[in-house]
Amino acid sequence: MSYALVVLGTSWGGLSAMTALFAALPQDFPIPIVTVQHRSKDSDRLLPQLLQDKTGLTVCEVEDKDALEAGKVYVAPANYHVMIERGYLSLTTEEPVRFSRPSIDVLFDSAADTYGPDTIGVILTGANEDGSRGLANIVRRGGRALVQDPKSAEIPVMPEAALRAVPAAEKLTLDAMARRLIELSREGSKPRLGRKTAV
Amino acid sequence: MAIQVATAPSSPVGEPERQEFKPDLERIEIELLLEGIFRQYGFDFRAYAYASIRRRLWKRIEEDGLSTISALQERVLHQPEMMEKLLLDLSINVTAMYRDPGFYVTFREHVVPLLRTYPFIRIWHAGCSTGEEVYSMAILLREEGLYDRARIYATDINEVVLQRAKEGIFPLERMQEYTDNYIRAGGKKSFSEYYTAKYGGALFDQSLTRNVVFSQHNLVTDRSFSEFNVILCRNVLIYFDKTLQSKVHGLFYDSLSMFGVLVLGSKETLRFMAHEDCYQQIAPPEKIFRKVR
Repeated sequence: MSYALVVLGTSWGGLSAMTALFAALPQDFPIPIVTVQHRSKDSDRLLPQLLQDKTGLTVCEVEDKDALEAGKVYVAPANYHVMIERGYLSLTTEEPVRFSRPSIDVLFDSAADTYGPDTIGVILTGANEDGSRGLANIVRRGGRALVQDPKSAEIPVMPEAALRAVPAAEKLTLDAMARRLIELSREGSKPRLGRKTAV
Repeated sequence: MAIQVATAPSSPVGEPERQEFKPDLERIEIELLLEGIFRQYGFDFRAYAYASIRRRLWKRIEEDGLSTISALQERVLHQPEMMEKLLLDLSINVTAMYRDPGFYVTFREHVVPLLRTYPFIRIWHAGCSTGEEVYSMAILLREEGLYDRARIYATDINEVVLQRAKEGIFPLERMQEYTDNYIRAGGKKSFSEYYTAKYGGALFDQSLTRNVVFSQHNLVTDRSFSEFNVILCRNVLIYFDKTLQSKVHGLFYDSLSMFGVLVLGSKETLRFMAHEDCYQQIAPPEKIFRKVR
């Protein structure tokens, strides 16, 4: 099996961290990437534009029921949660979780529940602990966890919380993380029992 | 005579035991539960967006100390009070006055001029929840001098929220946020003119609902009930799967007059819907569409 999905969460410092990470990925990176960056509920569509300027991947803000496609980076819109369905994305306006909408945990939980071992969860710089619970769920379901090395993060709080929740997560600088994502996209997810392995 | 003993949940409430990844089995369980709810109680969640339903079901399972969807099904089917609880979990009633202020600015600029050409304006607000956005639109129409020839049909599936909408009392602590929204939405007066602090909340001017009809309507099962010049349905269809969305768009199409206006939430789209080609988008990026064929 190959990985179906990368989900990524970040808050403070996220724009420059994501910019660096996506700039280092090839434009034919074969796994769709869905991101939650905490931001004010009234912020405009600037974030996807800023990310797009520095990457060969196609960056778009999520609209309800958007299909998941390779080569794309999906940005959660302000004031909505993003959830993973099989093959596409859904938005909801359910109440904020840990004061956040979009919530990283909500995105990660739905990824874990939908794609289980075929999920890669990524936590980058940030000033709160959102995402740690969701990352643990991804790993519990057999998925993989990559966390920005807190020493290299603009704000270490979010990566530190993620590493406390998932001590086995791979701790990487942004450069190393890009290389690791490319590697994982080639080697595929862990084989598992009790499920038909479609090619 | 049987003695009924109330049994407390045996397992402690906490981290759920969701270790194994069995998505196919989980889907079977959820589909059985939703089918059971529909046949036993008549509430039809079968075509709701799956990930969101699953999340809310698991929240209920955790809070009640259960461990599987099947265990929840057992309770729901045998205990009507459990169904009532779950119904609250499954209804999303998050709304705000002048949510997305930019939409109202665009509506004033691009839709109001169209509405001025009509002698009488019929508006359907589908899925109005507790009514905040109905009052927002009523205020806008009044400020544009259109209210007296308008009639707003505000519907929701849920009688409880409709009752609250009719009362028109909203939390005082949100008035600062709503005032900011109102100003950014192009409001022309002082927002505080529209309400008085009363009953521990902000009671809105009752004349705002003089031309509003609040009524129960189920988008999943009920038919069109009239023809409208404007249909507003914002952030309601996101809770439906694509098949049900398409069906409801058929209902909206049938309920709109030619050149009528359909308004969706700012992250919703008509893409891949059967009626996509029947509309033109007015003033993107706002999701305001005009029926053209």
